[in-house]
Parts: sequence; structure tokens; C-alpha cells
Amino acid sequence: MATLLFRNSRAFLLLHNHQHLQNKLPFLLGIRSPSPPCSNSHFLPSFLLSSLRYESTKAQPQLEDLQHHHHQVIDFPGGKVGFTSEMRFISDTSHIRVPCYRVLDDDGELVKPTNQVQVSKELAVRMHSEMVTLQTMDSIFYELQRQGRISFYLTTSGEEAVNIASAAALSSHDVILPQYREPGVLLWRGFTLQQFAHQCFGNTNDFGKGRQMPIHYGSNKHNYFTVSSPIATQLPQAVGAAYSLKMDGKSACAVTFCGDGSTSEGDFHAAMNFAAVMEAPVVFICRNNGWAISTPVEEQFRSDGIVVKGQAYGIWSIRVDGNDALAVYSAVHTAREIAIKEQRPVLIEALTYRVGHHSTSDDSTKYRSTGEIEYWKMERNPVNRFKRWVERNGWWSEKDELELRSSVRKQLMHAIQVAEKAQKPPLEDMFTDVYDKLSSNLEEQERDLRKTIEKHPKDYPSDVPF
Amino acid sequence: MSKSAKKLGKLISLVSKRGFSTSSIQKDAADNGVKSLNLYSAINQALHIALDTDPRAYVFGEDVGFGGVFRCTTGLADRFGKNRVFNTPLCEQGIVGFGIGLAAMGNRAVAEIQFADYIFPAFDQIVNEAAKFRYRSGNQFNCGGLTIRTPYGAVGHGGHYHSQSPEAFFCHVPGIKVVIPRSPKEAKGLLLSCIRDPNPIVFFEPKWLYRLAVEEVPEDDYMLPLSEAEVIRPGSDITLVGWGAQLSIMEQACIDAEKEGISCELIDLKTLIPWDKETVEASVKKTGRLLISHEAPVTGGFGAEISASILERCFSRLEAPVARVCGLDTPFPLVFEPFYMPTKNKLHLFIYYNNNNNNNNNNNNNNYYYYYISLIN
Repeated sequence: MATLLFRNSRAFLLLHNHQHLQNKLPFLLGIRSPSPPCSNSHFLPSFLLSSLRYESTKAQPQLEDLQHHHHQVIDFPGGKVGFTSEMRFISDTSHIRVPCYRVLDDDGELVKPTNQVQVSKELAVRMHSEMVTLQTMDSIFYELQRQGRISFYLTTSGEEAVNIASAAALSSHDVILPQYREPGVLLWRGFTLQQFAHQCFGNTNDFGKGRQMPIHYGSNKHNYFTVSSPIATQLPQAVGAAYSLKMDGKSACAVTFCGDGSTSEGDFHAAMNFAAVMEAPVVFICRNNGWAISTPVEEQFRSDGIVVKGQAYGIWSIRVDGNDALAVYSAVHTAREIAIKEQRPVLIEALTYRVGHHSTSDDSTKYRSTGEIEYWKMERNPVNRFKRWVERNGWWSEKDELELRSSVRKQLMHAIQVAEKAQKPPLEDMFTDVYDKLSSNLEEQERDLRKTIEKHPKDYPSDVPF
Repeated sequence: MSKSAKKLGKLISLVSKRGFSTSSIQKDAADNGVKSLNLYSAINQALHIALDTDPRAYVFGEDVGFGGVFRCTTGLADRFGKNRVFNTPLCEQGIVGFGIGLAAMGNRAVAEIQFADYIFPAFDQIVNEAAKFRYRSGNQFNCGGLTIRTPYGAVGHGGHYHSQSPEAFFCHVPGIKVVIPRSPKEAKGLLLSCIRDPNPIVFFEPKWLYRLAVEEVPEDDYMLPLSEAEVIRPGSDITLVGWGAQLSIMEQACIDAEKEGISCELIDLKTLIPWDKETVEASVKKTGRLLISHEAPVTGGFGAEISASILERCFSRLEAPVARVCGLDTPFPLVFEPFYMPTKNKLHLFIYYNNNNNNNNNNNNNNYYYYYISLIN
């Protein structure tokens, strides 16, 4: 069976009922020859994609099967449906779990045969370096919060591969609508450690002008929409952004991230359905990390995870080992190509694990065992696994690793010093940007506030320029 | 000013019949670039212009493709294509979320929520997303191209879920604007302003007036200013403030009061946030009295905000307590709609000099007592 298989009702029907088509489906069956990394070549055979296009209103080949088996059909709006005299309920799928696509095993060995998108030495080294940088940033910023120097933090620990490998597989023109545990994508795109530090300190250099909690990054220059705390709200927005790219004929897609908890929100379902109906070039990447704060996935949904939800909406989907950077890279790279060339959405479920607490306001040992955390931290560590592979290829050494970690640490220490010393944003930044122009009620309120501060200057933070 | 009052008077006579006219365009209207249009046709004209003048404008929502359940989007899909004017799945949070994303990419996204009663699934997207999009990003991103159109208010037979006026919920949200037109001409000019304004806007359309209100509407592309109230009937004894369909009821009460020798100044607020306090303030300083009227339940309605603000500014000039004549604090009741509504009779209670008042001097429980006395004096 395919190792890189995007689930789709039409595709499954073909595979199950037309075995003779297997020879024409090299991509689906995992025998496609590898493409060079970052290639723009149209590696998906067009005949394949067009033949597999899911269009509920034009289900003619399916109809032939139905007519063959059932003699009669009902001509229903949306497509013909065959009759059956057998009363059979469609069961849940929990007993046949969708397999998880991977390229590297837990030891960082290539699993063969596979149909992954090739990663060059240069790209692999950069991916590893960025994962290490992300890891280092997380550990230092986390400590910074513990020391009371920033108000809040939230790590990506355990999810470095989903962060960095997905970013590596995209073009900088692709528009990112993040949740909040994907700073690695922004890091990959060139947001500097200094800029991360500025945001966490909410100083005058923070693009967000000190208005949001730490980790609510955003950068127009990097096509990375500003993080907002509500869960899943970015998903339907990504469909709108993707529709804009589609209308403008851009060779780019929208990419949006969410967690397993997000899939219970109405916005998730709204987004999936809108994306399918609008045929929007959007890639949904769901980081199924097992836990939504303290709620485990078995208390979140009873489906076989998230991947199976795509099919019901008419969306191609794949389950991938989120701790395998090569698998994430391949799946996202391919999903992007499908989204843009086919002008359709794709859903990726990345199985990963939130090794850290939900945030600095959380203590996850209260609701899960330290053994479970340790297992994912050590045995299934995505950074170590990828490192073994790059080392085995002779592209990376322990010396490189030490040098990199030390260098990143130094850069971060410097960035923190600079960010901590920088001034807070001026008071006027509190009132601007509510609307494009200052409204009269805000002018009035700013005037009144300034009068109060003038009378009681000691009662207000001295580091906010007045 | 008196001309516009006359027009409104004509509008009222139609409204009071409480029925739907089937004709949308009055063929016998004057020419010279002006046509008699009802409110939905004026909206339709505004949408045509918006799509025609900006290739990055989109119109979408439930049943929008065939012209919409109120016919506001008639002919748009045929003219501008299904890529720019289209149906969406039946999901309000999806419609607004999609609209935010579309607007954030530099488009004008005109989203329709079929009834204001159904806007609540989209509340999170409006309040937490659209309203804060610019602010939270430090002006790096904005969804100012988003306009959410939605029919609101009583219609005579709408019951709980086709009658509500939820504007006050949105007036508590910095970052969005709330706009409500009173007539076809206003609707066209204000809607075009909203679509082109660089801020997300909720535009409530008085559905009772869709077919009933007919007015001469310029055919050209024109915009009316936001956050500017308008004195639509000058007067000297009392200021009345309202918006949308309620203005026609208030205008009728003003005309009746005039016959009794009471001169009412009527103000159309038009934009509820950010609202034009100055116009209302100037009027109340002149008249010394303020009455606010809206269909939404009185408790926590936007009338309370106007009342508090004007008290702050005009306390020493007020000759009577600020009065509110609004919907009652019940869910919108089908059979009891005539009792629920802030009708002309209820307005009269506040406005008229009542000879019997002198007998009520000791009745401090009478809400209207101070009001009557102030008007006598």
C-alpha cells in the first residue's frame, strides 16, 4: 500500500475497485521517482490528478460501478446515488487506523522503499540548524519567563520538526496563518532572534507595539499573519486568503496551522468545508500533539484522529509522523504542489507531542505522567532523529553542533540584553491602529488620560514614554 | 431640511401600511440621473457600483448567487461572474472568517449574513478577529476591506429569529464601525462609504424598509460620510435621536407633536460607533431635552450609552431626564409585536403635554411624570 497516500474518497474507490489502474498511479503507490528539493517541476502527472479530481456533481465513473452493482440510481442534487437493498450502517473507523507516513525511523535511518521528496545537504543542514536554534530560543526564553523578565512564554519543544520542516517545504510567497506554536516558520523565513526578543519584551521595536502577550509574533514582510490567541479562528481566514491568491492567479498557497484541540472548534469545520467548496489552495497542517492543555485526544474526539475528517469534506489528507522532519518536508512539499496546481485544499495531520507544558502558566505533570513526557523527549525526539540522519550522511558533526549551540546562545543573550534595555512603546501607541485614523472618542480619552498621568506620574510605569 | 422631512413623511405613510410592496422601481420617477428606488434596489445599485469600480471587490454569503432572499444581490453574479459574487456554505462564522482573510489580502470583501438574528455564530470572528486585526499587528495587517451587511429589525411577522436588532452587542467593540441607514438614498451612499472605508464595518439594513421605503436616489456613484449624524428635522423643544427604521416612527411622532405646538428636533445617528456626539450635544444644549428610541431591548441598548454621554456633556442644560422609548426586555414576541415595539403611542407619552399631568403630582412612581412637567414649563 502507498506510503505517501492522500486520502480521498475518489482515490480510494479507484484503488479498491480498479486494481488495473495501479500501474497508472505511481505517485499514489509510492513508486514515484524522487524529485529534487524545492523543484518547481510538475512532478505530479497531470492525467493522474485530473482523473482523481473529486467532484461530487460529476461522479460518472463511480456511477458506472454503482449501476453495475445496483441496477438503479437516484438522481439526487449533487450527483447520482445507487440504491441497495442491504441495510448497512457505515461504521466508525477506530479499528482500522490510518497509517502514519514516515521516511526516517526512530534511529534516523531511512525507511525504504519510500517516495519522499529529496533533501539536499545544504537544505538538511539548514533545517537542522534552525531546529537547534528554535530549541535554544525556547529554552532560554522559557528561563527568562521563570526569572520574571518576560510575562509569558510558550515552547515548541517536541514539535521542532513540524515547525521547521513545514517552513522549509514552502515558498516565501506562501501566506502563513499560524496558531501560536509555530514560531519556527517565522524563524525559517528570516525573522531574527532580536525581533523575537523585542516582541517578547513588548518594547518599542516590537512590530505589534507591545499590545499583545509574548509569542504573538507577526510579520508582514515574512507573509506571516500576526498570532491571535483564540483557537482555530485563523482557519476560515486562511481559506479567504487562499481564495485571494487563487483569484490573483498566484503560484502560491495559504498555509494554516492548528492543534488537535482546534479541530473541535466550529471554525475548523467551517474552514474545511469552505476550502473544499471554494476550491481554495490552502494547506491545513494540524499538529496533533496529544494534548489540548490537559485534555487528551481521547477526550477531544472519537474519530481516528484528524486525518479522516478530510475525506468527509472532500479534501485530500495525509497522516504524517510529525517528529520525522523528512516526512513532514515531503508531505508539505507535495501538499503545496497539489494545492497550487490542482487549486484545492489539502489536510495534513502531523502526529507529534507537546513535550513542554502548554505554556508558562501550566504544569503538565499534574495531568500526564513524566514517563510519557520523557519517552517523547528522549526516544522520539525529532531533532535528535534528524541529527542522526545528517550525521550519518557526513553532513554534520558533534563539533558543528557544539559550535552552533554556543553561537545561538550568544546571539540570544545579546538579543535579550538589547531588547530588555529598549524603551517601551510610547503612550500614543495605545490609541492608534484601533481604526485607520484616531476617532474623536479616542482623542478625548487620550487627552483625559494624559491629564491624569501628569497629576500622578508615579502611579504609572516609568518606562512608557509619555 | 424640510424637503427631507417631507420625503420621510412619504416614507412613513408607506411603512405604516405594514405590508410588502412588490414593485421595486417606480417607473414614473423623475429622470436627471435620479430614480425612485426602494431600499433593496438602492443596496443593489451600491453593490453594482462597488463591484464595477473595484476589480478586487467580492460579494458573498448564503443564497447571494441567485440574488439573495431579499433580492439585494440580484443580477450581480450574472454581471460580475461567479468568482466575484457567490454562494457560501450555510455557516456564518465561516462567512466572516473567510471575509477577514479575503480582506486581509487587500480585497474588498462584502459579506452578507442573511439575518442579523444569525450573526452570533460569527461573533467571535467579528469581535476577536476583525476588530483587532489592525491593532494587534501594529498596523502591519488589517481587514479594513471587510463589510458585513445584514438585515435587522422588526418586519411585522418575524418572531424571535427574524426581527432582532443586535446592534448594541457590536457597539461595545473597539475596532469595528456600526452603520445603519434610514432610507434608500442613505443606504446607497452609506454602503458605498462602508465598503470603501479602511475599517471593518457591520452594516445593518432595516429589512422592513427593503420594499416599503421608496425615495429618489441619485444613480451616480456617491458616498455619505460615516460618523456624522444628521439633523433630519429641526426643532427647539426636544431632541429625538434614533437610527434605521425607527426614524420613520419617530418622524411621525414629531409631526403629531408639532400639531400640539411641540417642536421636535430629530437626529439620525447613522453611525453608532464611533458616533457623532457633537451633533447630539449641540442639539440637546439647544432643546434641553433628549429622547432616544430604538427597537432593541431597552436594557443595555445603545440608548443607554447615548444617555450617559449626553448627561456627562449637557447635565446643566437638561430640563428633564433623558428618556428612552425602546423595545421591551423580552425576546422578540411574534403575536405581541405591536405591544413590544417602541410605537408612536409610546413616543407620544413622552413628548406630549398632557393636561391630566397636574393630577399626577404626587405620583412619583410615574416614570413619565418629570417629563410632562418639564414640557409644561
